[in-house]
Amino acid sequence: MAKLEILSDKCVKCLQCLNVCPCNAIKEDKNVIYIDDNCTLCGVCISKCSFNAISHDNFVTSKPDIDEYRGILIFGEQRDGKIPGVVHELLGEGKRLARQLGTNVSVVLLGINTDKMIRELFAFGADIVFQIDHPLLEYFNDELYADIITQVVLQNKPEIFLIGATTYGSSLAPRIASRLNTGLTADCTCLEVDVEKRLLKQTRPAFGGNLMATIICPNRRPQMCTVRPKVMRPVEPDFDRVGQIIRPDVVISQNLKVKKIGFIKNKVQKVNLADADVIVSAGRGIQKPQNLELIREFADCLGAAVGASRALVDAGWIEYSHQIGQTGISVRPKIYIACGISGAIQHLAGMMSAKYIIAINKDPNAPIFKVANLGIVGEIERIVPALIKEMKNRKQQYITC
Amino acid sequence: MNIIVCVKQVPETANVKINKDTNTIIREGSNSIINPFDLYAVEESIRIRESVGGNVTAISMGIPQVVELLREVIAIGADNAVLLSDKAFAGADTLATSRTLAAGIRKIGNYDLIICGRQSTDGDTAQVGPSLAEKLGIPHITCVSKIEEISKDPIKCHRLLEDGYEIVEMRLPGLITVVKEINEPRLPSLFGLRKAMQAEIPVWTAKDIDIDFELCGIAGSPTYVLDTFAPEHHVENEILNGEPEQQAKIVADKLMDILYKNS
Repeated sequence: MAKLEILSDKCVKCLQCLNVCPCNAIKEDKNVIYIDDNCTLCGVCISKCSFNAISHDNFVTSKPDIDEYRGILIFGEQRDGKIPGVVHELLGEGKRLARQLGTNVSVVLLGINTDKMIRELFAFGADIVFQIDHPLLEYFNDELYADIITQVVLQNKPEIFLIGATTYGSSLAPRIASRLNTGLTADCTCLEVDVEKRLLKQTRPAFGGNLMATIICPNRRPQMCTVRPKVMRPVEPDFDRVGQIIRPDVVISQNLKVKKIGFIKNKVQKVNLADADVIVSAGRGIQKPQNLELIREFADCLGAAVGASRALVDAGWIEYSHQIGQTGISVRPKIYIACGISGAIQHLAGMMSAKYIIAINKDPNAPIFKVANLGIVGEIERIVPALIKEMKNRKQQYITC
Repeated sequence: MNIIVCVKQVPETANVKINKDTNTIIREGSNSIINPFDLYAVEESIRIRESVGGNVTAISMGIPQVVELLREVIAIGADNAVLLSDKAFAGADTLATSRTLAAGIRKIGNYDLIICGRQSTDGDTAQVGPSLAEKLGIPHITCVSKIEEISKDPIKCHRLLEDGYEIVEMRLPGLITVVKEINEPRLPSLFGLRKAMQAEIPVWTAKDIDIDFELCGIAGSPTYVLDTFAPEHHVENEILNGEPEQQAKIVADKLMDILYKNS
């Protein structure tokens, strides 16, 4: 059995690792520290070593017995007791894949006072919830979450592990995959299974959305991927549905190198871009910063988030957190309304996968029209006010009838 | 403070064209550039050195020509650079890349902070930073938009989230990935260009960094590309000319249709 190794040139014999090892595999004998065969490669000691004196490249030499791995695990991301939509979506997708593979779906839920969230996870399709409730888990923490989830994975051996491609998920997933020495595919937009080989076919955009690639991970387990929000379909929740709650026996380390100490909420953006069903986005074609108010008003009457092209951010008209495109964020709303955005390839890369694209631009030859389902040729200053008026009328009618 | 900054060579996006018959990237005639996100990482490293002193070493894994790109990084202001280049590194996925970079960084040794761009514009995964930190057994913070406190350990950073900024402390040594908001990259200086021309940039092979062939390149990569294809784009598109009021009516019809009818 492969195991971790202590790098004797770096080890200062502080014995921190002895105390954190859940398997009692690290021993000290005559002033020599070594790891014995009890090691399960959980890796808890690695992140606890302040001297980087534990090597885990040996992980790779231990090929997992693929047939031991069964079931689908989902990262139950939560923040302040709220579960983001992507977890519901992953449950819907996980359920679909599990049906094909004849297996079940479990969720690993970390946090504090997590009881009230479990019912919701069952309602959206979880069969099992691994609940780890601890005061130290109140806030997301990469190293602690990675430690604990790796232990849950090694104890339960899921064949597939899905994580939402949120900021937290995208930070946590590579840390866990790296520790487990397994493959990880980022930002998937389509998942299929080869039932016979039990292989997960993971499709994702590459090269700024110019190419789609289908990736597989044939020899390592679990098969891990992050999935973009808004891509998969959740099932209708059934709050009478129940499942099994398991409280796994895991080591929770107290010695953390990263600590959250505060949060500054973005007050300008009422709806966040990643969650938005509708995004109204502005580019240089809005001509002056004052016209951003028009864009905001239009967004408000649609309940939409406000996005921007790189040009506006670079000009200092709006903060970077609004930037959509290659050096900003990628979005996938139901409706994307591009106002005065010409449609440079770098911008298209961040919004092309929106389900319905409306473009408003005075230049009929703007490249944005090539990807738009509906294109409006004209001046922003005339069209957007007309749209605001029209939408307000419609809403009135809709509410009254 | 000793800083290691990771950089990657990527094709210039505007030039990426897909051969529709073979579904592969047409590389001929495409320029290679420093991954745009890495420029912010380079700039931040230089700023930290300017404020607290120390040394900036750039590292990259790639084909031998990437030496020229590293020269550019020295021209911008890095003190040294190292290229990891070996046929055995070819075809690496993010895991194999992280292992290789980790081996190179261990050989450089004596670092306090590693800075990476949030993601590359070609692979676009944002995985190498956290994966590398894990391989080195150090903590990491992704999407850093500001370093508030650098002179003390722990350092204090702002991390960009979907709905705001998280303030996070991290003990060193550690790794951060940075977003565009963090700074405005400078251009190479004349002095820098002269220095870069004379700089000796070592090229380390798998043997030099003592990494097993089984752990790097395609052999060390658990993921494989099964298939690639060109995405389907909207085929139907309708262009509306005419008066704003009429245009607005048609758009409103469509919006109401999508937003309310289906739900």
